[in-house]
Amino acid sequence: MVRYILERLVYMLITLLLIATMTFFLMKLLPGTPLSAADKLSEEQQAIVLEKYGLNDPLPVQYFNYITGLFQGDLGLSFQFDNREVTTILLERMGPSMTLGAQSLILGTIIGVLLGLMAAIYHNGVVDYGSTFIAVIGKSIPSFVFAGILQFYLGVQWGLFPVALWEGWEYTILPTIALAIFPIAIAARYMRTEMLEVLGSDFITTARAKGVNKFGVVFKHGLRNALIPIITIIGPLAVSLMTGTLVIENIFSVPGIGEQFVKSINTNDYPIIMGTTLFFSFLFILIILIIDLLYGLIDPRIRLTEGD
Amino acid sequence: MKKSNWLLLVLTLALSMFLAACSGGGDSSSEGGESSGSDNEGSGGDGEQVLNLSESADIPTMDSSMATDAVAFQWLGSTKDGLYRLDEDAQAEPGIAKDHEVSEDGTTYTFNLREDATWSNGDPVTAEDFVYAWQRAVNPDTGSEYGPYMMNGVIKNAEAIASGEMEVSELGVTAKDDYTLEVQLEQATPYFETLTSFGTFLPLNQDFVEEQGDNYAQEADALLSNGPYKFQEWNHGEGWTVVKNEDYWDAENVKLDKINVNVVKDTATGVNLYNSGEIDRTNLSSEFVDEYRSSEEFQIKDEPTLFYIKMNQEGEVLSNVNARKAIQYAIDRQGMVDVILNNGSKASTGQVPENFVSHPESGKDFRELNGDLVTSDLEKAKEHWNKAKEELGKDSVELEYLGGDTETAKNLDAYIKDQLEQLEGLSVKVNSVPFEVRLERDTNMNYQLQNAGWGPDYIDPNTFLNLWLTDGGNNHTGYASEEYDKLINEANTDLAQDPEARWENFLKAEELLMKEDAVLAPLYQRSVAQLQKPYVKGVYVNPMGADYTYKYAYIEGK
Repeated sequence: MVRYILERLVYMLITLLLIATMTFFLMKLLPGTPLSAADKLSEEQQAIVLEKYGLNDPLPVQYFNYITGLFQGDLGLSFQFDNREVTTILLERMGPSMTLGAQSLILGTIIGVLLGLMAAIYHNGVVDYGSTFIAVIGKSIPSFVFAGILQFYLGVQWGLFPVALWEGWEYTILPTIALAIFPIAIAARYMRTEMLEVLGSDFITTARAKGVNKFGVVFKHGLRNALIPIITIIGPLAVSLMTGTLVIENIFSVPGIGEQFVKSINTNDYPIIMGTTLFFSFLFILIILIIDLLYGLIDPRIRLTEGD
Repeated sequence: MKKSNWLLLVLTLALSMFLAACSGGGDSSSEGGESSGSDNEGSGGDGEQVLNLSESADIPTMDSSMATDAVAFQWLGSTKDGLYRLDEDAQAEPGIAKDHEVSEDGTTYTFNLREDATWSNGDPVTAEDFVYAWQRAVNPDTGSEYGPYMMNGVIKNAEAIASGEMEVSELGVTAKDDYTLEVQLEQATPYFETLTSFGTFLPLNQDFVEEQGDNYAQEADALLSNGPYKFQEWNHGEGWTVVKNEDYWDAENVKLDKINVNVVKDTATGVNLYNSGEIDRTNLSSEFVDEYRSSEEFQIKDEPTLFYIKMNQEGEVLSNVNARKAIQYAIDRQGMVDVILNNGSKASTGQVPENFVSHPESGKDFRELNGDLVTSDLEKAKEHWNKAKEELGKDSVELEYLGGDTETAKNLDAYIKDQLEQLEGLSVKVNSVPFEVRLERDTNMNYQLQNAGWGPDYIDPNTFLNLWLTDGGNNHTGYASEEYDKLINEANTDLAQDPEARWENFLKAEELLMKEDAVLAPLYQRSVAQLQKPYVKGVYVNPMGADYTYKYAYIEGK
């Protein structure tokens, strides 16, 4: 088991290095410079400033410098936030995004799984149709529409929650709900399908025949088997939720990383582009590893046989 | 059946518990939200002097040598005093300088500084602080963009220093003693007085800056103020709070205790926060204008920023002056600002904005004196177009039009295409590109028509007109007119000391540029529609540097 994890970690490093290389050269293909007053400066003036930041060096030299810094744990300095360390910016901005992501993921999955379960148990009944309806709505309404509606009614009209901004836990409620809609929809749909399949299988019929009651069957035997596909989709979903979303962050004025990432691309802020890309990739790879380990926990059949 | 009811009940209970927990939190917050601003510090009471604002972006940097954007200049201007400040009418009013003398030839300014000004750490503000700041701004090791941009050609030797050919100490700024600052200019610069209010010219406390090193201006506690307000809190990405600087030399005229600023990027969010009383002012995009136009809180903030079409004269068609005139005449600007922009922006008819500069003697507005140089007249457009086609020997022409990639820009560009295609045989291909791409193609003169804009860097017609000099770094239209160059250069050299004659030159130059040579097709002068609470008083709008002056702002009747 330990060996397996170590092996995976080595692969992880190689993957990250490849991603760093690809991103570095692709990013340099973006038009423009990181200068913020490029429309006002003459070419000579621009060249003088770029020289200071080593941006006039040949690309391989810049790449080498960056990778050397990377191995020393130095992600460089931002351009849009002059001389601010990328690490500092990432740490500042990750907090809100992670909080919202984690909250919405937990809330979304729990509600989604419950909805899916109910739908499967009361198959073809009112509950089933209701749950499917919620799932379809959740998946098809764009998040900005939903966020806007939440903000206007719950925030402005009824004054139940803060409209926007980021000044305490109550400020996370609306964005969390807005973000949770998608995981609710996804989890409910998967859960329903899987559960129906599991409930129809022979061992369930046997269990029922032996007198185990309906809910005992569902929670003890069914749920565990139905969870596998949910976990598969929750991994990537967790990453996308926790790395922040431009739309939700803008609507609720959340100082998160999603908005910053998009802005860094628009302003050619190379160190931030690299920093966020690497961080997102790292998170993604890490989650995949965790999921692979989780599979074994939930389903003994997929447990790693080798060594251990 | 019974069991299913039981399960439903449990689920309902669970959900309602969750909702109850949420709304519980919400209640307490909305109570706090009523008096947002006070909830942080708990300073209660009616009519408290707290202004709540929003900005569309975080402050990129509070280092005055590095600042390049509106948000940074706004908060630098609110927390720091330069030699002069801008007053309500955008004229110079004393800041750290009490007064100054100008040498006969207009190239040496001697500023007498006040002796009661201090930094927020107690150090006195001295002439040395200006010398250090200005030297730092042009020093190539600093990597400043605005330093060289604002000082080259103005302060003596700036250009040579910025390109590394001369020692920094050669810059034409010296401290004669602690409270006397002497500035040598390259040539007489009539607008130098107001220029010193600009962010790049703000003083820096050398000891403090060097002691903080890389950390300087990164956090609220790594900043020094010598202006009306000082930073209390700065949460990056989220917002910041400035409070009254009790040690400010003019503290008795500062009435606000505190300004809270939140970063709000979305217009609809801004409107929602405004309506729920969290912020006292918000900008409106055009889709909100109709809804709020009749509100008493609705106002239009004029800006001296111009948008226009650049026409590349190196292309065959646009080298023809009649073709360019046809394009000038063909666009119905009033329709454009009323329908497409719908935010108070005004149709532009020249290349110097309205309400920006006024005649040194009569005080009349530049725009009023030079009138509408370009009008909208489809008949005339067609006349010129037919003449152009004849001269070019062509029946049909296709022109590429470079526009922005935002939603508003696309609507605007579609309108312009439609207007221009009223000219028979002209087809316009709109190419919507990101700003960087447009800039690159502008520099390489790889375009035919282009939607461009310009805001002033100092309060003088020169900031708009010197762009079109033959060797102007931002010309990129291929326009080269000896007569135009002569008018502008003369205004900046021989006539620099003669305000009225200088003014005449600018008037003539603009007429030549727009009317006879038809170099550009003006579009509009930008305005911003906004909502502001009626209890906010004494906020001045500036044509350059900081957008607003909050020094004299106060709250009344809240």
